[in-house]
Amino acid sequence: MITASLNHLKAAGLRLPHLAARSIIPILGISLFLLVWQIVAANIDTSLGKFPGPSQVWQQTKALADEHVQQRAKAAKFYQRQEERNAKKLAQDPNATIKMRAYTGKPTFWDQILTSLITVMFGFALASCVAIPLGIICGLSERIYEAVNPIIQVLKPVSPLAWLPLVTMVVSAVYVSDDPLFEKSFLNSAFTVALCCLWPTVINTTVGVSSIDKDLVDVGRVIKLPPSTHVAKIVLPSSIPLIFTGLRLSLATGWMVLIAAEMLAQNPGLGKFIWDEFQNGSSNSLSRIMVAVLTIGLIGFLLDRTMLVIQRRISWDKQAVLR
Amino acid sequence: MLPITKRLKAIALLLTPILAITGQAEIGEPEKDELTFGFIKLTDMAPIAIAYENGYFEDEGLYVTIEAQANWKVLLDGVIDGQLDGAHMLAGQPLAATIGFGTKAHIITPFSMDLNGNGITVSNAVWQAMKPNIPKRADGRPVHPIKADYLKPVVESYIAEGKPFNMGMVFPVSTHNYELRYWLAAGGLHPGFYAPHKGDITGQLDADVLLSVTPPPQMPATLEAGTIYGYCVGEPWNQQAVFKGIGVPVITDYEIWKNNPEKVFGITKAFSEKYPNTTVRIVKALLRAAKWLDENNNANRMAAVEILSQSEYVGADAEVIANSMTGTFEYEKGDKREVPDFNVFFRYFATYPYYSDAVWYLSQMRRWGQIAEPQTDAWYHDVAKRVYRPDIYAQAAQALIEEGYMSPEEFPDFDNETGFRPPQDEFIDDITFDGTQPNAYLKQFPIGLKDEVL
Repeated sequence: MITASLNHLKAAGLRLPHLAARSIIPILGISLFLLVWQIVAANIDTSLGKFPGPSQVWQQTKALADEHVQQRAKAAKFYQRQEERNAKKLAQDPNATIKMRAYTGKPTFWDQILTSLITVMFGFALASCVAIPLGIICGLSERIYEAVNPIIQVLKPVSPLAWLPLVTMVVSAVYVSDDPLFEKSFLNSAFTVALCCLWPTVINTTVGVSSIDKDLVDVGRVIKLPPSTHVAKIVLPSSIPLIFTGLRLSLATGWMVLIAAEMLAQNPGLGKFIWDEFQNGSSNSLSRIMVAVLTIGLIGFLLDRTMLVIQRRISWDKQAVLR
Repeated sequence: MLPITKRLKAIALLLTPILAITGQAEIGEPEKDELTFGFIKLTDMAPIAIAYENGYFEDEGLYVTIEAQANWKVLLDGVIDGQLDGAHMLAGQPLAATIGFGTKAHIITPFSMDLNGNGITVSNAVWQAMKPNIPKRADGRPVHPIKADYLKPVVESYIAEGKPFNMGMVFPVSTHNYELRYWLAAGGLHPGFYAPHKGDITGQLDADVLLSVTPPPQMPATLEAGTIYGYCVGEPWNQQAVFKGIGVPVITDYEIWKNNPEKVFGITKAFSEKYPNTTVRIVKALLRAAKWLDENNNANRMAAVEILSQSEYVGADAEVIANSMTGTFEYEKGDKREVPDFNVFFRYFATYPYYSDAVWYLSQMRRWGQIAEPQTDAWYHDVAKRVYRPDIYAQAAQALIEEGYMSPEEFPDFDNETGFRPPQDEFIDDITFDGTQPNAYLKQFPIGLKDEVL
């Protein structure tokens, strides 16, 4: 029945205005989802009250936005008090050294989102810097590939949370500085993300490079291209689609890993937000966690779309279907 | 007629020379002014939150960030490796760390954070089984305190069915572990020994009741899941069991040991030596916060509840927190009783780091085998003096008296204070504790190690 009407709509899609036709089905799907959610949620009793439905979640979204505004006001007062204190100090002793300190209040939901985004991007960039060259080398040389492959295969399925304690200990042992550029917690999260989003890129790049059209490689050989030009002009352009497939998988993995790592290690970010709310156990906690869950999903989706847009820009084959 | 603060300041000015004679130099600028403190989501972290919200830290020139920690182990490691400058700690943590039970590090405490504040909760099923054993008052409500004697037949029936009787506490060296053990042992239930020298740190040797660690905020969820049949934890997690209808608090620690010392503020010894002014200033801010919390017969408690219910602090619903913070405690649903001293932050010299408090914790570590070998009384006193630092406390107190925020009668008489409370006899099993004689104290317990090594 549904398939029939879908087919019907698909057929109609040819005639209906393009945009409207394309948005009807998603809107239907979302409305149906919200309806089911509201009904199901009302029937789940937890010890923290009813499971939050869309309306409670919307309320908490607004509450979180309000809290953000309040915190900013509090921060402004904090800076004002600090300035007054510094002025007083200077009045007493003109040579006193004064400085402004950053606001010490709690990070708001929006701050946590930003922290998570920066962390995942840093970890992802770090991983890509290693993974793409490694993948290219493995793709170019069968021998190196055979040497590296077993290691990749063993490390690939390791859960991020298994790495986390090791990363934490290594970072706190190795990264010692009086005036650190990065917070240790930031590095812990970022390295854990990097370790987990290496593999999809490495594997896909390897496959991409090793499956370049033989004719292209032969042409390069015939005109005696130096290795660097060979990579830049032939290898990279032809393996772009698969490299990007790898990068997109990596970024998606990284985003999922990051939330888990933040939860476990209590590093700032959305994961910590969820854990804190869970520990609070207040009557609003579940709704607030749900806000975070939806936000994580939405951001994950946007990250993937961004990668897709970049891929379309870079890829030479504009005809290829990308989804 | 001068306003009161001005008058106090005038008095303080007059007093300054006297204090200078007694060796009170003015406290200099803080050496480190940007600090991070850790805490666990429990109402007794209140002095830290209040010192922040009321601007007492800023008054001392300290810019403090307060961060909730996942559990006591993470918190302790944070302080040891310097990610945290100081933290709300279990009284046993600085002692255990200093003697090397668990992670070894020299942690000190110049400030006790509160008295009492914990409770023991059992699941509904256990409560129903125990209730017929408990004598009733004229109005039908159970007579308090409820001793573990009434739990004993329930535990025996579980064991007869081959089901281990599990209970939760928050950390091996937590107040809660010792209180739960004290209560169980006073009712003839063996809570199990530790044997660290044999590598056994589960604390379940010879146990009738098996105790295990669960972080405070997860207690209600773990109880609900049926993994444990009861727990000992700080607030608001006992009251939350009542609100959620998943368990019944049977006793508060006030009834196990009246006005028992609870959390402390812990820092590393290295921190206190590297940043002496900062250390004293932290204690000053915390003292003012503690005083505010108890001022005018707990008048500020509702305001404190509002602050604590914010998500960055305890974050539980205000009405749950209010239940215990405002001097009442709800046992069985509807059975709300007055416990005015359930949370004490300042009165009865609650903030003073008494050596005898440290000795009590050490004595319990020995009683349950966490300290494997018998030790001399002198050893107990020596450890207590290395960890508890009334000297730093006294500096902060003198400075506050000097500045007019406090008066001398709010503190012990520093010149004549030995650091040992007079023998205390308000325990549930009527055994008297004299901090000067820990070994003689241990000999009085029917259950527990004395001179033997397991």
